[in-house]
Amino acid sequence: MASHVRGLPLVAQAEGVAAGQWKSRDLVEAYLDRIARLDKRIGAFLLVDVEGARRKADIIDKRIAAGESLGPLAGVPVGLKDIFVTKGIETTAGSKILKGFVPPYESTATARLEAAGAVSLGKLNLDEFAMGSSNENSAYHPVRNPWDLERVPGGSSGGSAAAVAASLCAGTLGTDTGGSIRQPASLCGVVGVKPTYGRVSRYGVIAFASSLDHPGPFGRTVEDAAALLEVIAGHDPMDSTSIPQPAGRYRQASRAGLSGMRLGVPKEYFQAGMDAEVEAAVRAALDELGRLGARLVPVSLPHTKYAIATYYLICTAEASSNLARYDGVRYGHRTAEASSLEELYGKTRGEGFGAESKRRIVLGTYVLRAGYYEAYYGKALRVRRLIADDFVAAFQQCDALVTPTSPTPAFKLGERASDPLQMYLADIYTVAPPLAGVPALSQCCGFTKSGLPIGLQTIGPALGEEAVFRVAGAYEAATDWHRRLPEDPA
Amino acid sequence: MSSHDYEAVIGLEAHVQLGTVTKIFSISSAAFGGEPNRHTDPVCLGLPGALPVLNRRAVDMAVRLGLATGSRIRSRCRFARKHYFYPDLPKGFQISQYDEPLCEGGVVTFRLDGEVKQVRLVRIHMEDDAGKNIHDPSGVSFVDYNRAGVPLCEMVSEPDIRSADEAAEYLRAIRTLVRYLGISDGNMEEGSLRCDANVSIRPRGESKLGTKTELKNINSFKNVRDAIEHEIARQKLLCGRGEAVVQETRLWDPDHGISATMRSKEEAHDYRYFPEPDLPPVVVDETWLAAARAALPELPEARHARFLGLGLSAQDASVLVAERQIGDYFDQALAAARALPKKIANWVINEVLARVADARQLTDEDVPVPPAALAELVDLVEKGTLSGKLGKEVFGRMWQERRRAGDIVAAESVSLVSDSAVIEAACRRVVERSPDEVARFRAGNAKLLGFFVGNVMKETGGKANPKIVNEILRKLLA
Repeated sequence: MASHVRGLPLVAQAEGVAAGQWKSRDLVEAYLDRIARLDKRIGAFLLVDVEGARRKADIIDKRIAAGESLGPLAGVPVGLKDIFVTKGIETTAGSKILKGFVPPYESTATARLEAAGAVSLGKLNLDEFAMGSSNENSAYHPVRNPWDLERVPGGSSGGSAAAVAASLCAGTLGTDTGGSIRQPASLCGVVGVKPTYGRVSRYGVIAFASSLDHPGPFGRTVEDAAALLEVIAGHDPMDSTSIPQPAGRYRQASRAGLSGMRLGVPKEYFQAGMDAEVEAAVRAALDELGRLGARLVPVSLPHTKYAIATYYLICTAEASSNLARYDGVRYGHRTAEASSLEELYGKTRGEGFGAESKRRIVLGTYVLRAGYYEAYYGKALRVRRLIADDFVAAFQQCDALVTPTSPTPAFKLGERASDPLQMYLADIYTVAPPLAGVPALSQCCGFTKSGLPIGLQTIGPALGEEAVFRVAGAYEAATDWHRRLPEDPA
Repeated sequence: MSSHDYEAVIGLEAHVQLGTVTKIFSISSAAFGGEPNRHTDPVCLGLPGALPVLNRRAVDMAVRLGLATGSRIRSRCRFARKHYFYPDLPKGFQISQYDEPLCEGGVVTFRLDGEVKQVRLVRIHMEDDAGKNIHDPSGVSFVDYNRAGVPLCEMVSEPDIRSADEAAEYLRAIRTLVRYLGISDGNMEEGSLRCDANVSIRPRGESKLGTKTELKNINSFKNVRDAIEHEIARQKLLCGRGEAVVQETRLWDPDHGISATMRSKEEAHDYRYFPEPDLPPVVVDETWLAAARAALPELPEARHARFLGLGLSAQDASVLVAERQIGDYFDQALAAARALPKKIANWVINEVLARVADARQLTDEDVPVPPAALAELVDLVEKGTLSGKLGKEVFGRMWQERRRAGDIVAAESVSLVSDSAVIEAACRRVVERSPDEVARFRAGNAKLLGFFVGNVMKETGGKANPKIVNEILRKLLA
């Protein structure tokens, strides 16, 4: 069994369990074995819930043996970015300030996964509070890219992407604020989906930037990601920004083919600065889509050049606000010694937050300070509107957009750590969709000569996940990139 | 300049806790008190990942307050985050409203010494309350988050108030209003009505505002009056000495009757307001407004005017409108009685109100003398079946025994004897056994009539109709 799960799609596992072909417990043991052997080198997990996973798997197996009909993900082992709060299981958001925090409640997305029968193997590593593009900002340890252990997996959902790439889970959940699902999916050669804003509830997802945070799935295949999204999507009264609509039929869309679709190619996403191998692979993917029956149309998203500045104004402002609650009073880290309230706050937060969190708290505090709101945050909101309007206009001419996900393949650990600005600029292709709230997916569309995955991004109109899955599913069906697996580290 | 040459300019920020069952953004009980930290949940504790969901009942109550004060209700308003660090503030920010409050403008009308006063409102906005820090004498501090997330309406007045008395009366008017609207119990002791005051002084005739100070911890009507009085005096003293008033926040110390600097202008918070991204804008459409408007009760000022129209004195009208239940009780009694409004008002004010601890219980089902019962009694007195004095006795028994006036009168023949034959017999007995007094009366001592009346009343057990007794005695003694 253990050898079977390597590269085995989640959908196939679910079918196997439902058909009685495999036991959930066997799948769980196979993954636990891989995690025990391989994750020391990769670092995808922050917490492996061995006993919890075994217990839940056994319950699933008993119910199946009793002839009960269970949810669509019954028995499938999954992993959760450690930003989803899990009842009774330590949740840290990758930060020292939440070390030891055991939530008394469960996030909506993970509760839905569990209700569908999925079995959580544990909590996955991330950049602290989802702030980062390399997973080097984890307060615990970095994650390494399964394709090259010297390289980063991307971030912030680096653990979620690496765990799928290295077959440490059948599928995972992550969150995407400026690219935190799609960029690591691209760098790790897996499928990552950032749905429409409000499609998946944020209840119980530790907030980084509330108006930009999008929970979403990672899968080995497009259909795996679709299967996960079908379970976690849909209205949640506990999230006031949740869209009052049921989940769509994404698996079906991923098999529907793309004939007759018009695919927009935004010229702003193919400009100087892009790695030559990335550009070549993405252009080849466009050709392939054309051969599959799509009509490629040149489009323009003229405000793209403002997206990074806009994104960093909004996300830092909201982060400075969302992170204000970590004060050492009620939960999480509290400094050992403080002689005044001010000192309690200063030392607790000084000790608890990492450098990137502090950088963004300071930036966001600056952005929101009295008298400067209009110049920064207010203006950013207006530009955000223009960026969203760009997408609305583009979707008058096409059904989906296809672009690169990341301008470069995975870079080396430490390579950009000293240059936050360069790190921010790498988000160039991923920040606009969350600003506009539109859905986007990244999948593998080739490899560099040195064997690093390259990502293709498909962007759909708001609530147009089906269009995205049609394109991605058709491309995947016609190509073999998704079948390549990284060697297990020795 | 003497201190009389200055006038005080005062604006109040009143916080009204709305009487919803649950909190403004979560499902915990919003009830006062309770064992510490029992009324809590992930949202009001600010646990990571928890999200606010707006309680529409709280908005509805705020809309009613806006309509009752004649405010403009925004069809679309927004919440904003107001940031500061304090242990009782679980999220590190308060969810308040900033540039798009629910209500703008409006006015609170009230009376002070018979004069009608109007204080204009800048705005009314919604927000969530903070918890409470509890400092143990041992030096340990605790926080109780039961109050965190209780819905508040903040009413910000224009600086239209000119004296401490006016400020206290304005606050009383707000209490009366929110109680009429049924949106809060307006209880300053339990903190469901709180206020901060902005106080400045300026030379009379000057239109420019002076430097203001903000007073905090003035959470009783007495504290409001005392603290403002003290602050006006303090500022006048400074100006008299040629010193400048410093813009600052001052904390009132009711035990010593003084205030002290809490924080200076330089230490003032930068709240870093921005729109709350977890809550979509609140839309109050015409249908909602129309329903809220239709559900508004008669408001204190309108009721006061109506009572004046019924011939009541301004003072009586004020007593009757002080709580909605008093006016309701009066109206119900009036509707059931034939007596004049003035008579009913006297009974309500002098007898009924004297017997209830809290006038708000007057419309309870189990009030000992319901309005219709009072009406019956007043009519008996007005008809002459009972004297005023007997009426009061009967009222006392009605209250105690929960019986109707008619029952008491019928069962125990407490009614006045108006039968001339019975009264004449009694009069004759008194006249016959008092020959000396009769002689002196006839000789001109008119005062002795009282002696005869008193004796007749004794004969009849106090039940003879005094009017008839007088008539018959005069005839017999003529």
